[in-house]
Amino acid sequence: MTQVAAGRDTPLLQMQGIDKSFPGVHALRGIDLTLMPGEVLALLGENGAGKSTLIKVLGGAHQPDHGSIEIEGEVVSIDSPADAIRAGIGIIYQEFNLVPALSAWENIFLGRERTTAGFIRRRDERRRAQELFDRIGVRVPIDAPCGSLSVAQQQIVEIAKALSQEVRIIVMDEPSATLTPAEVSCLFDIIRDLRAQGIGVIYISHRLDEIFQIANRVSVIRDGESIGTVPIEELTRVSMIEMMVGRKIDNEFPKHRHPIGDARLQVTDLGRGQAVRQLSFEVRRGEVLGVTGLVGSGRTEAARLIFGADQADTGTITLDGVPLSIRSPRDAIGSGICLLTEDRKSQGLILGMSVRENFGLPNLPEFSVAGFIREDQEAQAFAGHVDALSIKIPHQEQAAGNLSGGNQQKVVLAKWLQRNAEVIIFDEPTRGIDVGTKYDIYLLINDLAKAGKAIIMISSELPEILGMSDRILVMHEGRKVGMIDDAASATQTQLMDLAVG
Amino acid sequence: MEKKDGHTLLGRFFRDYGMIFVLLLLCVLFSLLTLAEQHPTGVKAGRQVADQIVNQEGSGAGVVIVTRDTAEDHAFAAAIQAELSERGAIVRASVNGSPADARRVISEVLGRGESIEAIAANDVTSRWTIYEQFEGLGREQIVTPQSHTWPNFLKMSNLLGVANQTAIYAIIAIGMTMVIITAGIDLSVGSLVALASVAGALLIRDFGGGAEASTGMMLLGVLAGSGLCALAGAFTGAMVTTFRLPAFIVTLAMMLMAGGLAFRLSNGSSIPELPASFFLIGGGKMLGLPNPVWIMIVLYGVAHIVMTRMSFGRYLYAIGGNAEAARLSGVPVKRILLIVYTISGALAGLGGIVLASKLQAGDPKFGLMYELEVIAAVVVGGTSLLGGSGKILGTLIGAFIIAVIKNGMNLTAVDPFNQKIVLGAVLLAAVLIDTLKRRRA
Repeated sequence: MTQVAAGRDTPLLQMQGIDKSFPGVHALRGIDLTLMPGEVLALLGENGAGKSTLIKVLGGAHQPDHGSIEIEGEVVSIDSPADAIRAGIGIIYQEFNLVPALSAWENIFLGRERTTAGFIRRRDERRRAQELFDRIGVRVPIDAPCGSLSVAQQQIVEIAKALSQEVRIIVMDEPSATLTPAEVSCLFDIIRDLRAQGIGVIYISHRLDEIFQIANRVSVIRDGESIGTVPIEELTRVSMIEMMVGRKIDNEFPKHRHPIGDARLQVTDLGRGQAVRQLSFEVRRGEVLGVTGLVGSGRTEAARLIFGADQADTGTITLDGVPLSIRSPRDAIGSGICLLTEDRKSQGLILGMSVRENFGLPNLPEFSVAGFIREDQEAQAFAGHVDALSIKIPHQEQAAGNLSGGNQQKVVLAKWLQRNAEVIIFDEPTRGIDVGTKYDIYLLINDLAKAGKAIIMISSELPEILGMSDRILVMHEGRKVGMIDDAASATQTQLMDLAVG
Repeated sequence: MEKKDGHTLLGRFFRDYGMIFVLLLLCVLFSLLTLAEQHPTGVKAGRQVADQIVNQEGSGAGVVIVTRDTAEDHAFAAAIQAELSERGAIVRASVNGSPADARRVISEVLGRGESIEAIAANDVTSRWTIYEQFEGLGREQIVTPQSHTWPNFLKMSNLLGVANQTAIYAIIAIGMTMVIITAGIDLSVGSLVALASVAGALLIRDFGGGAEASTGMMLLGVLAGSGLCALAGAFTGAMVTTFRLPAFIVTLAMMLMAGGLAFRLSNGSSIPELPASFFLIGGGKMLGLPNPVWIMIVLYGVAHIVMTRMSFGRYLYAIGGNAEAARLSGVPVKRILLIVYTISGALAGLGGIVLASKLQAGDPKFGLMYELEVIAAVVVGGTSLLGGSGKILGTLIGAFIIAVIKNGMNLTAVDPFNQKIVLGAVLLAAVLIDTLKRRRA
């Protein structure tokens, strides 16, 4: 690996004593962070620990109250996103800043068009864009509108855009969250390449296995404070989690095994177009059926068919031997099937409504007389769930949008528990949820299984699938390609082999 | 916890109905701007004049009452006459007419050799110059009701007029608020007003017997008129839900179709052949309040309860907040949307009937630009066009804010062109406030 020799010992970026308060919140309390040239620094912390605030300080979106930022030994002041770019800092946020209707090269030069007398030098821009993609080593159709590109390709356009601005430091905020494993490994190749060019990368992710693959050092922040920066060789999964949550943990996945009963949900020959094909499986009383596969393998689509969110072309579904006719989510809910969607913010909750009102939405028939809502009954029932699930809310009128991911997930769960759902489908139950709350969710899944519910848990995180399931269904291109009856003895390699088809 | 609830209750009131302070402020402003000398007339003023005459001239005084030929003046004169007779004064004559009439009557009285100790007059008749032509009659003999200073804006007749004029807009705005809370819009309401007025009037004229129609036939026509608009609303709702067409386009199309149909059915002319019972709906009064105002009050009461206490209301907010999340929570999204557009159509139809009753005819030119007026009331009342938030009573306040501004500008003689500019600015300010509030939250 060729390293840039010059300035090898001078930190590329040094943030010292960064302090930032918002009204009512002390978000950052004297954070220190050092990034060397040609290194990947993983930034870890639970949701709300202060990662995003720190990145926004670096990107010029927030100004720190105290503290200094040095780039290659020189103190800089970053008062705006434009200052950050001038200082050589490129930030790739989770939500891309691309105009869908414009092509890759138009997006790369958006706002910095190369012009002659007001006319864009199209050929010049295209050539330069092509050079950037060559440098990254990935082929992207540079004339196609960005809206038609895959998420992974859009991310590469963002990286190219950052490189076109001659950045020395690239920050990636959860870049792998929406990528397939193949795309992630391609992203890692790009990151290794950037590293070889002497660029420093700050990498934020909740996926610990990725961090072992790509990071040189790991910096952990908790409650706005620096907990420490440790070379990756000195860390284990468990020690990383302990640094993040600040307490000892015995077991990442507290799977409780108990006797499994008869089949409850039986799905036969379920199909819809190319997305789901001839899918048959059963879920038994007290069982957690893990469902995995690559993105696009039809996992979520199958769940939506069972829940009636989409219409199935073929197939039958029975619950406890009784055939169900499900044509809408309303039908499914009436039959005792519920779905905790992967995207809570856009599908699970109405963010502007209070948590109590969200909780009540599917339960209003129970809480109302002749169309009039008995709000006292509703509030009382919800209070019970708040205690049982230890949902952290200041009061029941709190807007759902202001809660953390974990608490939102619990509110969604509460509304289904009140319905007395018999089949509970979790789609990526812990995505975007911090480590501490993840543990709570796992315990809840255990409790539900123990109470005799039939549980389907869809997840891309193989450790989670292996750690929490009784049996595992693997899908590929809409079909069932494997059913592992003894999840306890399965391995990640085994699952990956099945998942790639 | 109890205390905190009380605190948040007050906080919520300010957040939801903060516009009421704008309304009160406007009322104060226009009260100050329209302060004027008031010359009362009518029964109460009449008794006061009689009282004053008896006190000044003693019982047994000879009095001539001079008023004009208006309903108010007749009541005024009658009250003076009754009070004077009771107190023992002698009414020599009472004039309800022009200065010439007054001159003739007074000369007759004097010609009979009768004395005139006092002339009971009101502000207008007291300023006539005929009295000086008679010997012994001077300013000091003329008694008028005492004047006082009071804002023209705050006169009961003006306030009732404002309420009566707003009522129809406000009634239609109930349906519009519900539609906008679901993140939809209904541009067809103005045309539906015309359609309902024409369809109702036509049915009564052609099948119910016109001006001689029985009350039953009249009510049937009324129901059919607003029912037709409910059907139009249901059609809109079906288009929006079944084919997922944007409400803006569907209701724009409905606006054109319903407007055209109203002209087609009426051949473009007004239909005044309606029974007297029909005019009571929009023209009558009950307990001092005009009937449209009563209809408005009752409907707002019902709508407020529906929106705050019933599942239907909760579902509307949920759909506007996030239709997909609502559907996945088991909300019957399509059914609710179908109902809400039907309600909007039915209320527009009711508005059309009330308007036809008030103006004593069905007319395809009714309801022009009502949709904009109504949307403005909803937005000024704090309902967001993005859906998911808003309050029914806020809309009532919004409708009154617009009505008070219009009325105030008329009373202070603001040029009609300038009035439009001001109303546009008010609408802009309302949307701006909504956006800023959202950004801060």
